[in-house]
Amino acid sequence: MKSDNKNYYDVIIIGGGAAGLSVGAVTAEAGLKTAIIEREADLGGILLQCIHNGFGLHHFNEELTGPEYAAKVETAAIKAGCQIFTETTVSAIIKQANKNITVDCSSAIHGALELEAGAVVLAMGCRERNRGNIGVPGARPAGIYAAGFAQRLLNIKGCVPGKKAVIIGSGDIGLIMARRLRWSGVEVKAVVEIMPHASGLPRNIAQCLEDFNIPLYLSYMTTKINGKQRVESIEIAPHKNGIADMSKAVKIDCDTLLLSVGLVPENELSVKAGIELNLDTGGPVVDSSLMTNIQGIFACGNVLHVHDLVDFVSEEAIVTGHAVINYLNNKAIANNEIKVIPGTNVKYTVPNSYNRAVNNSFYLRSMMVMDSAELTVYQHEHPVYRKKLKHVKPAEMLQIQLPVSIETSMELDPILPLTISLEAI
Amino acid sequence: MSNSVEQQESYDVVIIGGGVSGAAIAANLARYDLRVALLEKSADFGFGVSKANSGIIHAGFHHNLSALKSKLEIQGNLMFDSLCHQLDFPFRRCGIVVAAFTDEEMVIVNELYNQGVENGSPGIELCSHERMLMLEPKLNNDVVGGLFAPAGGVIEPYLYVFSLIEFAQRNGVETFTEFKVSTASRQENIWHITSSDERMMQTRYVINAAGLYADHVSEIFNGEKFEIIPRKGEEYLLDRASKAYPERVIFPVPTPNSKGTLVIPTVEGTTMIGPTAQEVDEKDDDTTTAENMKNIFVLAANMVSGISRRDIITAFSGSRPTLPGNDFMIKISETTPALIQVAGIQSPGLTASPAIGEYVKDLLKISGLTMIEKKSISRTNQKTVKVRFATRAKLKELIKKNPAYGNIICRCENISEAEIVEAVHKGHTTLDGVKFYTRSGMGRCQGGFCAGKVIEIINQETGIPVEQITKRGKGSWLIVERLNEL
Repeated sequence: MKSDNKNYYDVIIIGGGAAGLSVGAVTAEAGLKTAIIEREADLGGILLQCIHNGFGLHHFNEELTGPEYAAKVETAAIKAGCQIFTETTVSAIIKQANKNITVDCSSAIHGALELEAGAVVLAMGCRERNRGNIGVPGARPAGIYAAGFAQRLLNIKGCVPGKKAVIIGSGDIGLIMARRLRWSGVEVKAVVEIMPHASGLPRNIAQCLEDFNIPLYLSYMTTKINGKQRVESIEIAPHKNGIADMSKAVKIDCDTLLLSVGLVPENELSVKAGIELNLDTGGPVVDSSLMTNIQGIFACGNVLHVHDLVDFVSEEAIVTGHAVINYLNNKAIANNEIKVIPGTNVKYTVPNSYNRAVNNSFYLRSMMVMDSAELTVYQHEHPVYRKKLKHVKPAEMLQIQLPVSIETSMELDPILPLTISLEAI
Repeated sequence: MSNSVEQQESYDVVIIGGGVSGAAIAANLARYDLRVALLEKSADFGFGVSKANSGIIHAGFHHNLSALKSKLEIQGNLMFDSLCHQLDFPFRRCGIVVAAFTDEEMVIVNELYNQGVENGSPGIELCSHERMLMLEPKLNNDVVGGLFAPAGGVIEPYLYVFSLIEFAQRNGVETFTEFKVSTASRQENIWHITSSDERMMQTRYVINAAGLYADHVSEIFNGEKFEIIPRKGEEYLLDRASKAYPERVIFPVPTPNSKGTLVIPTVEGTTMIGPTAQEVDEKDDDTTTAENMKNIFVLAANMVSGISRRDIITAFSGSRPTLPGNDFMIKISETTPALIQVAGIQSPGLTASPAIGEYVKDLLKISGLTMIEKKSISRTNQKTVKVRFATRAKLKELIKKNPAYGNIICRCENISEAEIVEAVHKGHTTLDGVKFYTRSGMGRCQGGFCAGKVIEIINQETGIPVEQITKRGKGSWLIVERLNEL
């Protein structure tokens, strides 16, 4: 509901990274009064610390560094007329009885602000899993950092975290940091991965490890961290089903450990607002408009599910932007959402429901590595769509477009859920 | 750089050890017209045994009154309500339940109950299955019965230590960190103390409250020979979102060696499970092990529903300083003049600490120290402002006064820049010091976002170069070098 309140915005976007800026460019361009709230001093989010290239190949058809990509989406958002609040932290999102949504903020610049919105987009991104989350045993000295934290220290603050490093986990940030540390004169002794396969992108394995002869230990677990005040060494051993083979244990001297062991969507605000989360993604459950269970609150980017590529974040954000416009224009959407459930070998799907009138695109992630696979969409055990896929792996998010024809050719039941499965062939 | 005797600072009492015992003694002595110094070997107070404490205020039923620790436990417990108002530290008297899951365990619970009654544990109650579930709905349904001690509670041990230190400092106690006592000599009824970095001071009386190292300190002063045996305990901290967060502290039925693995609702809303109890060789062993983690989770899940390893945000361990016989040893040294031993302060040392302060004060009187109360003292600590507890109206007022209250540094625990600056100004200049004082970095991301900003604030407020800022003092460096500015 429009309001004369000067603190009223049609759209308030929480988070000024790739997702938030990309949504803002769409909604502001459409003439909606849009605010982007960012807790840091600069817009761009995590892209700002990703000074390597490889961004934008899909979305902008050119290879950009993180800051370059950020500059592009920032310029678009500002040009479109978004109002920006930096150094402002949102402390609560409250749905009001009049359908509007209050956003409580605090900021050294703006004070304790209460903004009001017709729609809110969650774009808070994700955070890194830490040592406690993965239960690495041993001593508790200084020198254990999340890889992204070390990346920020090095690339933004110019602080080198140590001299001899081991990286636990083969996530993309860890791989990128292996190379970055080498370039800063740090000896990178090993990357240790508990799974039998790397969790980062293949191109990062090649460019960041193989090109620098950094050994990658697959199916190795960390059995102990040593060091009184600062890390002194780490003990690793190959394992089967989580049981370490101590006869093949290796001790590596190092003073620094970086953890690249996964990312978690940051949904504390969402939970506080009463938004239902999907346990498979850690992000909100969303319908085909990427709207959460609370009317008028949408989500996109890494707060919804962790993406491999920022290009997909922007794509998803644009879809969200249009959905927000439709919502605020009270465009009647046929309310025939069909639930979508991850089936065999599928870790998750986003969105969690299907409505051909709105969005027929899905992101999903495989649980297994498969050289060649068949993706099948079932409704009540009847296949309604099939597609052959090559080189399926958990590290690479899959995107599928359900053809418009599936609803015309096969009468879709309006209630029964769809199941998406992957099978090796 | 040995300064001459005339230049050396001279005290009536020097307390060695800035953990909970030393801090409580310092806070107690602060009321008297005495010159008191408190020496801590680490970079901040409570960094030894106290920081890894479970934070339980025990209710006085676990030990027989014949033990000194049992008498001091009950006395100490009763002092916490007024102390928490006076010193401004968080304390919640949530009560303790001991849960029995077999009839054999119920027999021990009965003994504990009788002991509690005899010790004067206020309001102690023997409970049926139904009563237990009413008191603590998170208990598993197969609980047979148990006991309830409403006088039990929880505190944050490091904040309690800091508040005792602050009270002592406000009232004239001089405090020294990174002061590791290395030698002592006695001339003309005066102790001369030297630190490992050759700082010197003199004192009439010495109190040995050196925790795990009380045996070493006793040796330095030619005191009683004894050995402190470290008994390590591992703890696991669960996210605020954990479904296991109980209403009360949940104890299993104890064994002769340990009070068992507890499920603890921390004052700040996280759930903590632990500790283990394992004698170890090294005093500074702070390791956690996969095996103990597994055991703790099994033991906790046996008592409470909703325990999940997915909720772990961090693990830590620390050792209790134990003596053979497991009692406290608080006494005027029988071998060395003007030395008071405060050793073997294991559980329930935290609970007993205010009573230990009183007890040691009386021992000083007996030793001949004249103690006259100061004419005026600062009775209370200044209340610290916590943005996380402020209403919107209060927050507006705070930010108007100081905009730094609006700048949230730790997003998980909602800690503002102003709170971190305050911590640094109060002398907490390590990453862990700031963490323990403010909670910045204690939440679910464990400093992944805020630690860099905290390092920057410490640098700005103190001028310490970032390469010299540490996690918790000497050797625990964080950054090796700064690249040249472009």
